[in-house]
Amino acid sequence: MAETEFEPKIVGFLCNWCSYAGADLAGVSRFQYPPNIRIIRVMCSGRIDPYIVLEAFTQGVDGVFIGGCHPGDCHYLEGNYQAERKIKMTRQLVKKAGLEPERLRMEWVAASEGERFAILMREFPKQIQELGPSPLSGEKPDEKLMANINAAKLAALDFRLRAIVSKERKIVEQGNVYNETKSQEEWDEFMEDAIEAEFERKRLLGLITEKPMSVKELASEIDLPTDRILDHVVFLRKRNQLALDSIEGFTPKYISIVPEVKA
Amino acid sequence: MSNDKVGAVLVVGGGISGMQSSLDLADAGFKVYLIDKLPSIGGVMSQLDKTFPTNDCAMCIMAPKLVGTGRHHNIEVISNTEIESIEGEAGNFNVNLVRRPRRINEEKCTGCGVCGAKCPVEAIDEYNWGLTRRGATFIRYPQSVPLKFMIDKEKCIGCGICQEECKAEAVEYDQEEQKFDLNVGSIVLSPGYSMFDPSLKTEYGYGRYKNVVSSMEFERFLSATGPFAGTVMRPSDGDIPEKVAFLQCVGSRDSQAGSEYCSSVCCMFAMKEAIIAQEHSEGLKSHIFFMDLRAFGKEFDDYYTRAQEEHKIKFTRCRVAEVREVPETNNLIIKYVEDGEVKEEEFNMVVLSTGFRPPENVKEFAETLGIDLNKYDFCSTGVFSPLETSREGVYVSGVFNGPKDIPDTVAQASGAAAKASSIISSERGKMITPKEYPPERDVLGEDPRIGVFICHCGINIGGVVNVPDVVEYAKTLPNVEHAEHNLYTCSEDTQKGIKEKIVEHNLNRVIVASCTPRTHEPLFRSTTKEGGLNPYLFEMANIRDQCSWVHMHDADNATKKAKDLVRMAVAKSRLLEPLYKLELNVFQSGLVIGGGLSGMTAALEMAKQGFEVHLVEREKELGGNLRNIYHVLSEKGEDPQKMLKEIIEKVKNDDKIKLHLETTVKSIEGFMGSFTTELSDDTKIEHGVVIVATGGQEYKPTEYLYREDSRVLTQMDLEGKLAKDEIKPNSVVMIQCVGSRIEERPYCSRICCADAIKNALKIKEKNPDAQIIVLYKDIRSYGFREDYYREAADKGVRFIRYDDENKPEVTKEGDDLVVSINDPILGEHIKIKPEYVVLSAATLPQPDNEELAKMLKIPLSKDKFFLEAHMKLRPVDFATEGVFLCGLAHSPKFIDESISQACGAVSRACTILSDEIMELEPTISEIIDENCDGCAYCIDPCPFNALTLIEYMRNGNVKKTVERNEAACKGCGVCMATCPKRGVMVKGFTLDQISAMIGAALEVV
Repeated sequence: MAETEFEPKIVGFLCNWCSYAGADLAGVSRFQYPPNIRIIRVMCSGRIDPYIVLEAFTQGVDGVFIGGCHPGDCHYLEGNYQAERKIKMTRQLVKKAGLEPERLRMEWVAASEGERFAILMREFPKQIQELGPSPLSGEKPDEKLMANINAAKLAALDFRLRAIVSKERKIVEQGNVYNETKSQEEWDEFMEDAIEAEFERKRLLGLITEKPMSVKELASEIDLPTDRILDHVVFLRKRNQLALDSIEGFTPKYISIVPEVKA
Repeated sequence: MSNDKVGAVLVVGGGISGMQSSLDLADAGFKVYLIDKLPSIGGVMSQLDKTFPTNDCAMCIMAPKLVGTGRHHNIEVISNTEIESIEGEAGNFNVNLVRRPRRINEEKCTGCGVCGAKCPVEAIDEYNWGLTRRGATFIRYPQSVPLKFMIDKEKCIGCGICQEECKAEAVEYDQEEQKFDLNVGSIVLSPGYSMFDPSLKTEYGYGRYKNVVSSMEFERFLSATGPFAGTVMRPSDGDIPEKVAFLQCVGSRDSQAGSEYCSSVCCMFAMKEAIIAQEHSEGLKSHIFFMDLRAFGKEFDDYYTRAQEEHKIKFTRCRVAEVREVPETNNLIIKYVEDGEVKEEEFNMVVLSTGFRPPENVKEFAETLGIDLNKYDFCSTGVFSPLETSREGVYVSGVFNGPKDIPDTVAQASGAAAKASSIISSERGKMITPKEYPPERDVLGEDPRIGVFICHCGINIGGVVNVPDVVEYAKTLPNVEHAEHNLYTCSEDTQKGIKEKIVEHNLNRVIVASCTPRTHEPLFRSTTKEGGLNPYLFEMANIRDQCSWVHMHDADNATKKAKDLVRMAVAKSRLLEPLYKLELNVFQSGLVIGGGLSGMTAALEMAKQGFEVHLVEREKELGGNLRNIYHVLSEKGEDPQKMLKEIIEKVKNDDKIKLHLETTVKSIEGFMGSFTTELSDDTKIEHGVVIVATGGQEYKPTEYLYREDSRVLTQMDLEGKLAKDEIKPNSVVMIQCVGSRIEERPYCSRICCADAIKNALKIKEKNPDAQIIVLYKDIRSYGFREDYYREAADKGVRFIRYDDENKPEVTKEGDDLVVSINDPILGEHIKIKPEYVVLSAATLPQPDNEELAKMLKIPLSKDKFFLEAHMKLRPVDFATEGVFLCGLAHSPKFIDESISQACGAVSRACTILSDEIMELEPTISEIIDENCDGCAYCIDPCPFNALTLIEYMRNGNVKKTVERNEAACKGCGVCMATCPKRGVMVKGFTLDQISAMIGAALEVV
């Protein structure tokens, strides 16, 4: 058979109690959909680590689908609310990295929604087809994008974003240690800043793991203003994550001193 | 004597009620036979789309109970079965049963569904109330338990196709009715109910007009698995209706229809349907026509408010006189009277909220069982004995003893389980035979040796996926030592084969590629264990439900996908590790907080179950609010004060009950199975469970001159004065909803309408000429209490409605009390000078609930009552395991409801107390201390409060780490997805395992 239309590779994470059951019901009801998805069963959508989603992208999947229980239906009371916030963050990271955020989709699918699941399984691959193959798939994945996604992955793995996202529900809905709540907009803005900064820092560190670079070199590589890079450099130095390597002429060069984190 | 007792219980009816009773009993160490006259369990709840007041998907929340019942090793589900006769007595019954033939061998049927798909007969589908069709060979619904097909002999034409199609050779046309008997110690009846036939109300046109449907039919319209896949359509032409009318009390509160009682749930049910219909179909507008809006349950009034304000549902208070069809459009014109004016309005569709009726053939059923029915042919029970039928050893739950909603049913079902087991508590564990397994082979240090078993599932998989090809492919995968295909991997002989292959090839991992792990994982795990391996060295690939069935027209790609799924399972299985169930030591005793009726009932029941129990009461005397109750609305005329005395006597004389009066709880530490509590007198007690029964209290009004004039009383004051003959009123005005259903306290106090009616009748009894006026917002005399409402009206008690804009006023003119009110029917302002004004004051939560809530790490509702784990299906549990709830502490309720709940809480508690050691699933989180740096980010997101930050000394330094409470952790994995240090992981779903699956998914073949 000749190469015809591009068939997206999709990895799906479904929670055991609702979405996986909905997918089963699609089968029981014989609702047909194209065979693009490879489903991985997890007990709760709240278990889906942002890291694992980004990992799937680095491995070259064209799309990631996440299915959880509808709000209120979670077998673990509120795992799906946790998932919602984590995936929202992940999507922002994907976007920052330069990959289409539409490649990551999260939907609530109930155990009774077999047909809906099938419809989503017809719709999502189509949506991915329109986007085309992931630039990270195939023989020659886009190097820069790969570096970006790897940076996103590290940002997702690192403590800061995880800390923030773990507190989001409490602070927005119940109140922080001062019994104050933040509005969702306020919080989103805060989150957005944090995501941007952490992503850029990981990207930066990724560039200087082997050879030292200067602020200007880094700025041109990452496509950011030099003052912003400098800001990160200062910060990372304080965090003990990079060090001054050498000074060439008037230009200091920096090297990462973070032990390489392996997946 | 105890030698004659049998440690088994017969549960009759497998709806949500029967399932709950069965699960509780089975978990508490009793053998359960669950019979249902239908081919599958699940009852009416399986037909619901959503449930109020949370709008949860019914199937999502019910499926775990369905599956749990179906595969519980102590529960035997016997379908198609009814009772023929019963001999014996409480503790030892011999029950004769008759089982209708399924005509499909249950042992052989795999539920694959080929027979049903090929059946040429089209029969009415009862599950969808006749709105769709099914084959003569059928299952009731896709998630049916047991998942076994059945041949409907009535409809079957005997063509023989299903037998030809069935690869499992399960079709047995010659099966005959089978008689058998069971020996049980007690019986729980939960046969459910039937629906009123709305065609009997000819004025509404049901059966004549296509677009007039019943509320149960409409529920199927709303359901994703219903005839219209969730989009509401008109039966006449498939158009989406713009205007839908809901008519309440069809066959309820209706003497013409012979059912004068209120069906209790239809108001909420209609509101739910109205809301969901609007959500499913944009532009649809719902309009509810009702008499009294009876939103009396926990947080139901909030739902009512949301229905009006958020969803803009229209409510009209009236009784609809007539529905007539416009022949050209099949639209319907509703004629009704509002504010004395006759009005007409046109709708596209009309939904009749049909009431509950007793189950079909109830009289024969009652006769067979030897139990009494009430005048409406529901099971007769008493206020103080809400779970007992008239026959000793036979208990009742669910709608069978009166209309009720799901949470009340579930609490009662647990309560009935407690009653059914307490009389045979000496036999706990005796009918249970744990399965014997061979010793587990130690596989540590071995390279993975994987066996892959790939199922054809008849033609279900094999008809699409090239199974032999997948087998050949599996053989090429690393570490795969053996691969084979089976016609049915779940069949008895293949199971045996797997065990042999494990030994023959020295396998240490087993993979089955077949259907869904949601139903079959337990079976194959057990097989793996029987083969001498740890059951967690098993993995499944779902190549049927999520592959062959959904890619039927794309065999090549389906085969490719099946290979991928097998490869992913192989990748994960390489990283599987043996896991062992955790064992938790249990103090087999309980603590009950609160010595009112609920607390005393709970303590007595727990003692009857054979467990020691500490009953803590802050006051000098036991009894709580019951001390102020002197009469009840009941055919049986129970005397509450006499009952109270008896109960207190029993509590005091029970040597298993340790009574702590004038005592409060100072602190509670620990978790399910092992709590340590310190009381205010410094006593320390150790116990395995806690039951919160702290009660509530009557609101002391600040309005209507209550504190200023001694002739203004609360209902409780009045009841006391009447009982002691201190007063004999000639004229009384009662004001309802004082302190309830107001802005700062929006909930309904549930009991005050019936209390007002009760006291009004009492006054009339003493003085038939007394003038009594009740000022109300809605009269919520739900269930059989409706009889007394009518009786009061018949005896001349006047009921006048008021609303929030026109609240009554109480003033003084000279020495006279004056009540002013607008009469909405007469449309004029009236002034009454009664002898007494009686206020139906709200039931309040205890003011110190917050303190106890903190101590036990349990939440409060927004109204400050305790908040249960799930409003619908876990009404007496808390999310914190080992802590339970009953009585007014949960929300306002009547005596019978409190008793049901108290017994229910005990039943749930017994599932923990029944054994010294409790086994817990090992697939929960584990802290990896060397990785954990004590950042504690995982603590807030944990939905079960299972994680705590601790410090300890390591090498002379303080090391922070997180401690996981194994009794609380449920293994959701939210912690793992939060941890930045890989310091916590959930066994069975580790990061490495999932990464390996992703990697395998993308490998190019």
